[in-house]
Amino acid sequence: MTMPYYASAEQVMRDRSEYARKGISRGRSVVVLTYDGGVLLIAENPSSTLHKVGEIYDRIGFAAVGRYSEFESLRVAGVRLADVRGYSYNRRDVTGRVVANAYAQTLGSIFTEQMKPFEVELCVAEVGATPEADQLYRLTFDGSVVDEPDFVVMGGQAEAVSAHLREHFRAGLPLRDALGVGVAALSAASASTQANGGEHSTLPAEQLEVAVLDRTRPKRTFRRITGAALRTLLGAEEASTPAAEETPAPPVPTEPAPGTPPGLGDPGAPDTAGGVDPDPGTPA
Amino acid sequence: MSEQIAGRSGFTPAYLDRVGSSFTDFLGATAPDLLPGRRPVPAVSAADLAPHGTTIVAATYDGGVLMGGDRRATMGNLISSRDIEKVYAADSWSVIGIAGAAGIAIEMVRLYQVELEHYEKIEGMTLSLDGKANRLAAMIRGNLGAALQGLAVVPLFAGYDLDAAEGARAGRIFSYDVTGGNYEERGYASVGSGSLFARGSLKKTWRPGLSAEAATRSLVEALYDAADDDSATGGPDAVRRLYPIVYRVDAEGAVRLPDTEVAEVAAAITADRSAGAESREA
Repeated sequence: MTMPYYASAEQVMRDRSEYARKGISRGRSVVVLTYDGGVLLIAENPSSTLHKVGEIYDRIGFAAVGRYSEFESLRVAGVRLADVRGYSYNRRDVTGRVVANAYAQTLGSIFTEQMKPFEVELCVAEVGATPEADQLYRLTFDGSVVDEPDFVVMGGQAEAVSAHLREHFRAGLPLRDALGVGVAALSAASASTQANGGEHSTLPAEQLEVAVLDRTRPKRTFRRITGAALRTLLGAEEASTPAAEETPAPPVPTEPAPGTPPGLGDPGAPDTAGGVDPDPGTPA
Repeated sequence: MSEQIAGRSGFTPAYLDRVGSSFTDFLGATAPDLLPGRRPVPAVSAADLAPHGTTIVAATYDGGVLMGGDRRATMGNLISSRDIEKVYAADSWSVIGIAGAAGIAIEMVRLYQVELEHYEKIEGMTLSLDGKANRLAAMIRGNLGAALQGLAVVPLFAGYDLDAAEGARAGRIFSYDVTGGNYEERGYASVGSGSLFARGSLKKTWRPGLSAEAATRSLVEALYDAADDDSATGGPDAVRRLYPIVYRVDAEGAVRLPDTEVAEVAAAITADRSAGAESREA
């Protein structure tokens, strides 16, 4: 076997980092931020089926930038890990930390052992019972994991977006304001807005993928905000449907009736969770 | 493979494989010991050693489908539980009721709930109602070995078909046999030890196109009749305030009827029957 040219470990790692960083910054940005009712995930994403934001478990959400095929397989792995844990222990025993650790290990070993690192950056978000208990973990291509307060910006013009957010973000904003701040930050750096030579003043609903981890929902907290609900929240249809803003139902306490084995559903809460329009008139 | 290199772990290749979207198949590949039906069962009958759940009934009505179950589990000649729940929401638009070996049945329901949720999360959409019914059939088929040792599990599955054509009945019921046979039922169905009597009762009281209230009454009455003649089926228990579990699935999703509502229906049935008995004596 012939030896390849010698390259120092330092050089190899630097090259891989640069390669991954370049790949990640080519795409569009994703913002994950906390608001008073939970965690808000916003992606600039013109596709309505190739999601950048997803549900991992009851209280855990996922957002990613970079190469779709790579973060999609990581998302699926996270769902599997969470479901296996929840099934073999209990639903309460699945935490964001467990999922974030598994991602960190995986990304770390891929970064050091394989020629091509994953060109992805992930955020694992967990909504707690109180705003103080919300957790945002940022995971980078080399497997480092950072626990961020308040917000995470990934991909594309991440620097510009986070500079904008640092200026305007405040903890405990209501959903509408938090969405406004997040979308404004994305718009400031997006190529499809007027500021950067595009045609829109701010990103329209069609270019956005928005989801929340809603603290008030029992069991599965992840909910996508799409279509009319999103346009209303963005303020585009404010005048026509002012009352459409959500009136979150009070959380149904999950007190297991006698005879219920632990972890067997919550009869008080027929739950649509991910993917389904919150408007009850139009199921799925 | 690279995951065996010391010091690093993370997800094994099975986790990162994007192709499958079934939780059961995934467990079968990575942790088969967690699956019911994959464990060796001793070649003796275990029928009297484990609690068994009994009667489940389901009936369609004009807006969807209802499923109810009594609250008794028996172990041989003993009542092992008076308040067991045997009907569960499988997901937002379907319910599952189970008769048979309670331990295996509950494990199977848990697995089935995760299976449906897992698919939903990975694919971003729910399975079709027929798809759900087929997945359940596969799960029952896997339990055939245990079933032959007396640990059979026979579910009843019902759901609201979101893809139903305009004008077609959206509430559908599927019944199963121990070999995993899957049969769609018309109108009403029952499983478990008291199912014979429950079916007889439903035959007389159920009609196509009933309202939700009338169908609920018909369902609870069927459980009453089953409890009347089958020792393993529990009737409404006013002393302990234990009433059958009834789920309703309609366009809005699956909801469990509150105990107070079922209690009223049961009280009305008891009152009618005692009035009937008095008038015969008079």
